[in-house]
Amino acid sequence: MVGALLAEEGASAAAAGSNWFVHHAYVITLLPFLSGALTLFFGKRTPGKGPVYGILAIGAGLVLSLGVLFSFVGGGGNYEQNVSWFTIGPLHMQLGFYVDGLTAVMLIVVTSISLMVHIYSLGYMKGDVRYTWFFFVLSIFTAGMLDVVLASNLFQLLVGWEIMGVCSYLLIGHWYEDPANSGAAIKAFVTTRIGDVPFMFGIFALIFATGMTTSNIQVISHIVAGGHVSTMLITVAALLLFGGTIGKSAQFPLYVWLPDAMAGPTPVSALIHAATMVAAGVYLVARTFQVFVSANPVALHVVAIVGAITLLMAALLALVQNDIKKVLAYSTISQLAYMVAALGMGEAGYPAAVFHLFTHAFFKALLFLGAGSVIHAAHSNDMKDMGGLRKHMPVTYVTFMIGALALAGVPPLAGFFSKDEIILAAKDQHTYWLAIVLLGGAILTAFYTTRMVLKTFFGEYRGHEHLHESPSVMTAPLMILAAVTCVVGLLGFAPLGAPFMDWVYFGAAPEHAVFSPLVALISVVAVGIGLFWGYRVYHEYREPDPIVRLGRFTTILEHKYYLDDFYWERIVRPVRDPIAAGVYWFNQHILDGVVNGASWVTMRGSRGISWFDRTVIDGVVNGAGWSMELFGKGLRTIQTGRVQWYAVGLFAGVIALAIIFVRT
Amino acid sequence: MVRLPFVLLFSAFLFSTGIYGVLARRNAVMVLMAIELLLNAVNVNLVAFASQLHDITGQVFALFVIAVAAAEVGIGLAIVILLFRNRATIDVDEVDLLKW
Repeated sequence: MVGALLAEEGASAAAAGSNWFVHHAYVITLLPFLSGALTLFFGKRTPGKGPVYGILAIGAGLVLSLGVLFSFVGGGGNYEQNVSWFTIGPLHMQLGFYVDGLTAVMLIVVTSISLMVHIYSLGYMKGDVRYTWFFFVLSIFTAGMLDVVLASNLFQLLVGWEIMGVCSYLLIGHWYEDPANSGAAIKAFVTTRIGDVPFMFGIFALIFATGMTTSNIQVISHIVAGGHVSTMLITVAALLLFGGTIGKSAQFPLYVWLPDAMAGPTPVSALIHAATMVAAGVYLVARTFQVFVSANPVALHVVAIVGAITLLMAALLALVQNDIKKVLAYSTISQLAYMVAALGMGEAGYPAAVFHLFTHAFFKALLFLGAGSVIHAAHSNDMKDMGGLRKHMPVTYVTFMIGALALAGVPPLAGFFSKDEIILAAKDQHTYWLAIVLLGGAILTAFYTTRMVLKTFFGEYRGHEHLHESPSVMTAPLMILAAVTCVVGLLGFAPLGAPFMDWVYFGAAPEHAVFSPLVALISVVAVGIGLFWGYRVYHEYREPDPIVRLGRFTTILEHKYYLDDFYWERIVRPVRDPIAAGVYWFNQHILDGVVNGASWVTMRGSRGISWFDRTVIDGVVNGAGWSMELFGKGLRTIQTGRVQWYAVGLFAGVIALAIIFVRT
Repeated sequence: MVRLPFVLLFSAFLFSTGIYGVLARRNAVMVLMAIELLLNAVNVNLVAFASQLHDITGQVFALFVIAVAAAEVGIGLAIVILLFRNRATIDVDEVDLLKW
C-alpha cells in the first residue's frame, strides 16, 4: 500500500467517518507530478503527443477530491498527517497534508478547472510548436497548486507556491519568440517575487513565534491564539504574509503584472491567472487566518483597505480596455480584491471570501475559455475586430453570456450569491464605507461586463475572418462550466440551508445562515444600474469608444494611473541600469580578461610544446634515420658485385673457422 | 702402398691450386676448371681415407661427387654460354650487375 510509505507520525484527528479518501489525500498532489514526469519523458512518443497523462491524472484527482469532499460533508472532520522531513537544531520540519473544509473545496476547484482547461487545450493548442511541453508545465502547475492547498506547513506551502510561480513564468512566456511575451513573463515573475520576499520573512517571523520549533500551520495557529506571543510580532508577521498575497493575488500596488500576463495562451490565463494561482494569495490569508485575527486590528484593516483600493482601481481600468482578455484580467483583479476585502472584515467575511473564490473560479474560467474560443475564431484579441459573434458562435455566445451575467452578479447565477454574502458581511460588521465601495464595484462590474458582451457578441461583425464555432473539444468544457456556474451559487443560498457555510467557516461553528432580502435587493439594484447604464452607452457600436467622454480621466485610465510608468522610471530603471552597467563592466573587464588570459597562456604553452616537438622529438626521429642511412652507405661499398671477391670472403671465413676449431 | 701423408699433401696442393684458379683467373671457363680441381682434391682425400680405414663409404661418396660435378659443370658451361651470348664476354670481372 502506498500509504505505508507515510509512516504515521503525529497523525491526528482521525475522527469517526474519516475514510480512505481523506487519509490518502496526498495522492491527489502526487498524481500530477507523476503525469508531468511521464509527459516530459514519454510525451512525444505517446499517441496524441502527451496530454493523455495529465488528463488521466487530473481526472483521477477530481474523483479523489470529490471523495474527500463527500467524506468531509459526511462528517469526516479535519485530518492531518505528517512525516519528518529534516531537523535543524530545535526546528523540526515536516512534510504532510491537512484536510478541512477549505482544503476540500479548493481541491474541487483546482482539479475540476484544471481538467476542463486540459481538455479545452486539446483544441486550443492543437498544432502548437511546444504542445507536449505545454501539457507538461500544465501538469506541474496543477501539482504545485495542489501542494499549496494540501500543505500542512508553511515551508511546504512555499515550495508549491514557487512551483506555481515558475510554471506561470513558463506559460506566460510560452510563445517567447515575441519579445513582448518574454518581457511579460519576466515582469510577472519579478513582480510576484517582490511580494514573495516579505512572505518568506513572514514565515520566518511565525517560526520565530513558535520558538523556532515548527512551521506547521495548525500549531502556529494554536500558539498565536494562545496569547503568549507578543501582538506586535504577530502583526508584523501578518502584514509580511499579506505581502505574498499582494504579489500573487495581484493586489494594489503589485497588480501590474496580471494584465501583462495575458500574453500567455488563453487556457493558461483561465487556469493560472483567473481561477487558481491568483486565488492562492487569498487562500494563504484564509489558511493563516488565525494570525490575522490574533494580530492588532490594524492588520485586518490594511487587508480591507488594500482590497477596497484594488477593487475600484481595477474595475475602472477594465472600462477602457479594448483587449477582451485585459478586460477579464482587470475584472479578475477586481474580483480578487472583493475576496481580500471580505477577508479584511474578519471572521464574518471569511466564509463569504472563500465562497466568492469558489464561484469566481468557475465563472471566470468559463469567461476566459469563452474569450479563448472567440479569439480562436476571430484571430484577434481586440474587441474592435469583433462584434456580431452571437450569430456565428452560438454555443460560445450562450455560455459566455452565462459567465458574464454571473460576473455581473445577476441572480440566480453564481456571482450574485457570493457577492451578496460579502456585502451582507460588510453590513453586519457595520463597515458601511466598505459596503459602499463593494456596491460601487458591483455597478462598475456590471457596466464593463455589459460593454464587453455588447462589443463582442452584438452588432455587426467588424473583422475580416471566416468565423466558425470552435470544435466540440473546446465547447464541451464551456458547457460544463456554464452548467456549474448556474447551480454552484445555490450552495451559499441561505433559504436552502447554505451548505457551503457549514463546510468553510472560521472560529465557532456558524449559526443558521440568514438571507437578507434588503441587502439582496440593494445589490440587485446596483447590478441593474450597471447593466442599464452599460446598455444605454453601448447598445450600438460607436467609434471612438464613448468612454472617452470622461476626458482627462480616460487619459489617466489609459495610462493605468501612470503606475507602470512610475515603476519603470523610478524603480526598474534606477535599479536595473546600474546593475546592468556593472555586470557589463565586470563582463568586459574581468570575465573577458580571464578568458583572454587563459587563451594567452594556452597559446604560449602550445608554442613551447611546438618548439620542443619540432626540435627534440623530430631531431631524435630524423637522427635515427640519418644514422641508419650513413651506416648503410658505408656497408654497401663491400657489395662489389664481383663473384671472386665474395669467394675470397668465403674462403677467408673457412680458414678462420678452421683456425678456431684447430686451436680449441 | 703409398703412405697417407703423401696423398694428403698432394691433395692439399691440388686444392690450393684450385683455390688460386677460382680466385685469380678472370676467364669463367678457367674458374669452372679450377672448381673441378677443388672437387677432385676432395675426392682424393675421400679415397685415401677409405683405403686407409677400409671403409667403402668414402669411395661411394667420391663416386657421388664425380656425378654431381659432371652435372655442375654442365650447368656452369650453359651459364657461361648464355653469358657470352648476352654480354659478348666471359670475363668474370665484367659481370658485376649484382653490385649496388
